[in-house]
Amino acid sequence: MAQKPLLEVEGLKTYFYLDDNMIAKAVDGVDFGISPGETVAIVGESGSGKSITSLSIMQLIQKPGKIIEGTISLENNNLLQKSGKQMTQIRGNDISMIFQEPMTALNPVYTIGNQIIETLKKHKKLSKKEARQRTIELLEVVGFPRAEKIIDEYPHQLSGGMRQRAMIAMAISCDPKLLIADEPSTALDVTIQAQILDLLAEMKERLGMAILLITHDLGVVAEYADRVLVMYGGQIVEETSVEQLFENTKHPYTTGLLESLPNIDKEMDRLGAIKGTVPPAHNFPRGCRFSTRCPHVMDRCYESDPVLHEIEPNHKVRCFLYE
Amino acid sequence: MSVSEQQVHKEKTENIDNNDHEVLVQANHIKKYFPISGGIFKHTVGHVKAVDDVSLKISKGETLGIVGESGSGKSTLGRVILRLLEPTEGEILFENNDISYLGNRKLRDYRKNMQIVFQDPFASLNSKMSVGELIEEPLLVQSSASKSERKEKSVELLEKVGLRASDRMKYPHEFSGGQRQRISIARALALHPKFIICDEPVSALDVSIQAQVLNLMADLQDEFNLTYLFIAHDLSVVKHISDRVAVMYLGRIAETAPKNSLYKNPLHPYTQALLSSIPSTDTRNHRGKIKLSGDLPSPANPPSGCAFRTRCSYAHDRCSMERPELKHYGNGHYVACHLYDDTTT
Repeated sequence: MAQKPLLEVEGLKTYFYLDDNMIAKAVDGVDFGISPGETVAIVGESGSGKSITSLSIMQLIQKPGKIIEGTISLENNNLLQKSGKQMTQIRGNDISMIFQEPMTALNPVYTIGNQIIETLKKHKKLSKKEARQRTIELLEVVGFPRAEKIIDEYPHQLSGGMRQRAMIAMAISCDPKLLIADEPSTALDVTIQAQILDLLAEMKERLGMAILLITHDLGVVAEYADRVLVMYGGQIVEETSVEQLFENTKHPYTTGLLESLPNIDKEMDRLGAIKGTVPPAHNFPRGCRFSTRCPHVMDRCYESDPVLHEIEPNHKVRCFLYE
Repeated sequence: MSVSEQQVHKEKTENIDNNDHEVLVQANHIKKYFPISGGIFKHTVGHVKAVDDVSLKISKGETLGIVGESGSGKSTLGRVILRLLEPTEGEILFENNDISYLGNRKLRDYRKNMQIVFQDPFASLNSKMSVGELIEEPLLVQSSASKSERKEKSVELLEKVGLRASDRMKYPHEFSGGQRQRISIARALALHPKFIICDEPVSALDVSIQAQVLNLMADLQDEFNLTYLFIAHDLSVVKHISDRVAVMYLGRIAETAPKNSLYKNPLHPYTQALLSSIPSTDTRNHRGKIKLSGDLPSPANPPSGCAFRTRCSYAHDRCSMERPELKHYGNGHYVACHLYDDTTT
């Protein structure tokens, strides 16, 4: 990473204050950077904090959740010091986001066109006519064959894959520097998933934006990301390039995840399941958070917290095995 | 090899040879059409052809995987085979007895032998019943077991699926998704069924938990000699668990074969595209992708002839005129595609 990072997250902690004085440490001390034009993937299972990390960057955390510590800088501006109004300007303009379920992310009572035109009028100060023209262009860019007709259709008239295309058109409408894609293809069928992910990769090339890809699918990571962060229990446990992650896996959790996957190219009798379940965010074990499920657990893992440290260039691991 | 070992070996090979005679479930020309009503008087204006002439056989102890995208009719097919939905046409045989038109009372006897595990363990377990009650309910309905026998049985089942006896008194909301799926499996096993339909049983689970449940299902199959119909959209999961795989597209079977034959040598252009679209974790060797354009057509208005022709790059005139039949290509590999008309029988 010789380039100056586009986005830098340091010491981010997002906690949820639950009833009974319980605190769910959904994101607990996360540091990473994204360079311009780079695709960084965050992988993890449900409850790992990957989605809360992305929502924290957008500052879309709602009560009882709160960002309690850390900095999030976009081109050296700390977003956490911005006012609500300033953030509204940044969201959609500099950073935009697409979600897993495009039906809930699109407003069902407005046409596709209306929703994109509104974004363009607000952020780019275009006239209605210009905005409509630009919207048709955008819909063509994301691969709608009949853009002039689609612009006046409602979300329910489109299929899941088409809706996700419309979401992407809206997200790239203001040429963002960073696009956050939270499980963009999870709700879609596998042939449509390939279409959507290829479209994202193509848009990245064309517009030079960086992508933060949130996913649970390691196959998607292998094909589309440059660098990977593996999250477990609100922390990053391994961070490295895509090639290193799959060929030189270090953290026992990452190893377990890879072994859990049925592989289409290999014949396996049994899958290497990770025993137990993810501990709840309000009740992490003492010491290493993976200690309760780790096959290599040692005494010290129950007592002190391992830190994320560099074991070789561009490869960071949070584990005592590598000290 | 000792004599007894030889005998076992012989029996095993005979079993494989005899597969055809040991068919447990057979479906012949199943059709399931759902009416579409319209107009002011809500009369029927058309049909959604969810399952459109599907035939299959499942042998004892075998796992048949069914893959397909949403709308391919795979779940509907599963439900018709269990007669949770009535078939529009066709017949269903269980151990060579026709169950397609049995009345409820007679059907109940067969239901002991056939169970289903659903995708969403949050929706499929009654939240007001304790785990013990949930597992004992099938025994209460179907058997004459006493209260203490039922309790004993539920404890045994809980331990079988990797939960604790003390979990009997808990309620579904106290468990994670993977544990709930274990409860659903225990409930399905309560009556010693011969046949279980698994409808996307692991697709709502995280990968590490998914692996646990798949391993459990494989163990139970060995222990109780179960036969599975495993419905899923995830091709790697289906390959892992199945012996044979059928690929469905728009209510029809496009291709069916023993799993290695299907995954190594897919014949149907749809299967080829489907397999090539799976993202691979091999970062050095990305498979060349066959991109399919467009979406699945509506099952209410399927294309004429071959249902896949609108997205197929090999489509020719004949594909729009004549529906391809599922034909034998060799070694149990069947394909429904005009490209293979000369090589299939």
